[in-house]
Amino acid sequence: MSAAAHGTALDAARAVLGRDLSRAWRRRAEILQPLVFFAITVYLFPLAIGPAEQTLRTLLPAIVWVAVLLSMTLTLPDVFAADHADGSLDLLALSPQPLALLVLTKALAHWLVGAAPLLVLAAAMCAVFGVDAYTLRALMLGLVLGSPVLSLIGALGSALTVGLRGGTLLLALITLPMYIPVLIFGTSAARNASLGLPVEAEMYLLSGLSVLALTLTPWATAAALRARLG
Amino acid sequence: MSTLAEFFAMGGYAVYVWSSYALAAVVLIWNAVQPLRRERRLLQTLAGRTRRRQPS
Amino acid sequence: MFEGLHKFASPPHFHAISRWLSPTLYGVSLLLFALGLVGGLVLAPADYQQGDSFRIIYIHVPSAWLSMFVYMVMAGAGACGLIWKMKMGDIVARAAAPLGASFTFLALVTGSLWGKPMWGAWWVWDARLTSELILLFLYLGYIALQAAIEDRRVAARTGAVLAIVGVVNIPIIHYSVEWWSTLHQGPTVTKFDQPSIATSMLIPLLTMTLAFKAFFIAALLVRTRCEILEFEQHTSWVRELVRAEAAR
Repeated sequence: MSAAAHGTALDAARAVLGRDLSRAWRRRAEILQPLVFFAITVYLFPLAIGPAEQTLRTLLPAIVWVAVLLSMTLTLPDVFAADHADGSLDLLALSPQPLALLVLTKALAHWLVGAAPLLVLAAAMCAVFGVDAYTLRALMLGLVLGSPVLSLIGALGSALTVGLRGGTLLLALITLPMYIPVLIFGTSAARNASLGLPVEAEMYLLSGLSVLALTLTPWATAAALRARLG
Repeated sequence: MSTLAEFFAMGGYAVYVWSSYALAAVVLIWNAVQPLRRERRLLQTLAGRTRRRQPS
Repeated sequence: MFEGLHKFASPPHFHAISRWLSPTLYGVSLLLFALGLVGGLVLAPADYQQGDSFRIIYIHVPSAWLSMFVYMVMAGAGACGLIWKMKMGDIVARAAAPLGASFTFLALVTGSLWGKPMWGAWWVWDARLTSELILLFLYLGYIALQAAIEDRRVAARTGAVLAIVGVVNIPIIHYSVEWWSTLHQGPTVTKFDQPSIATSMLIPLLTMTLAFKAFFIAALLVRTRCEILEFEQHTSWVRELVRAEAAR
């Protein structure tokens, strides 16, 4: 790991990213847990709705989206929890490097470890369940364009609730309402695609939300950390 | 709306209209009363703590 | 003039002012409620399409407007506390939240009570009602977050970040819900829109809105007094106050 003491902000960001990724790799069994949760959640719906194939195929994109949101809330506490536990969060906040950049890096690490595997599994499950190619492409593109928002807003929620008793539940309560726009546009795209309609509008809206989240949430998350750490 | 009976009947929508107004009354009264009682309780609790700290 | 405003920023002064201002505002709101109720329930004629059930508007609309207004107050006060380190900002923000949640709850239930006779269902997936429900979740999240953090000042600053993010999010959420609700209906007038409202119906509505607003400020002042006591319980002026009250 490079010595970040006299390095640039980018060196610090690279160091944070490397540390988060290697920590995740050391506990790689835990990466599977949200994936299993996701699969179970999706499987619950056919059991609940009944094996009507057409209904399931119509509802599957919506079910997948909701399951992605719920699975994210399970992995989000980890964005800041480990650093909070070993005291390095205070060091991060005090470092001369811009906290917003370091926070952005942590959100990226979360996306790589917590969100991307989920998307791959979602694609696989949809393909297996017979979702048609155009709908599948719309669903996956929507997830890819919308998932940065989920990681970024999720990091904010994680910063607000880090180290609190009952934090995971509180994180879900805070974060899920903020996920609603992404959910609406993503499922709207999938629904339109299944009807053969164009999905440009939703993709533009999701991209817009991602850019907005990218520019605004790192500052808010940094402010949240500073507020929590007093 | 010439008679009192007609006023209460609200054109057949009595249940809905009067439930709304009753609920509004409950919500507003609770929001007015509860903080006042909390203030009284707080003053008593804090007075108790001060007394215990300064046995005069 | 700024001398007067500065007084509000100091907890002991705020406490003293609130002592006489809140009963006064309660009186004002009572008067306005009386005027509004007479105007709305008695004087205004029944609606051509909805009959007398439209009178729920005099509760539903002010509650909905206030639920949004109070969120702005909460976020603004929080911002004062977070950015300019004004203690009263922290205190007022925390005090406002339960009031905002109450108004949101009232707007939702009266919305249902209005919708049932009109459209036959207790819940309609209307853009406004759905947005209002999400607003309730935002309030509850804010209250839960503050309750979970022990240190009241840290809780206030953290809540302020959440509230400010909420203010940015609310238009986005509202737009996305509008999008969602017009997907299958087409761009029709949303169910709770009044195309144009007669003056005899409008004046009681404005009166009731003012009444609710005066009530909100009065209730906020009382809640803020309680929060001031909690926040400042270790200061000497609070100890003096407590002693004076106990002597009464």
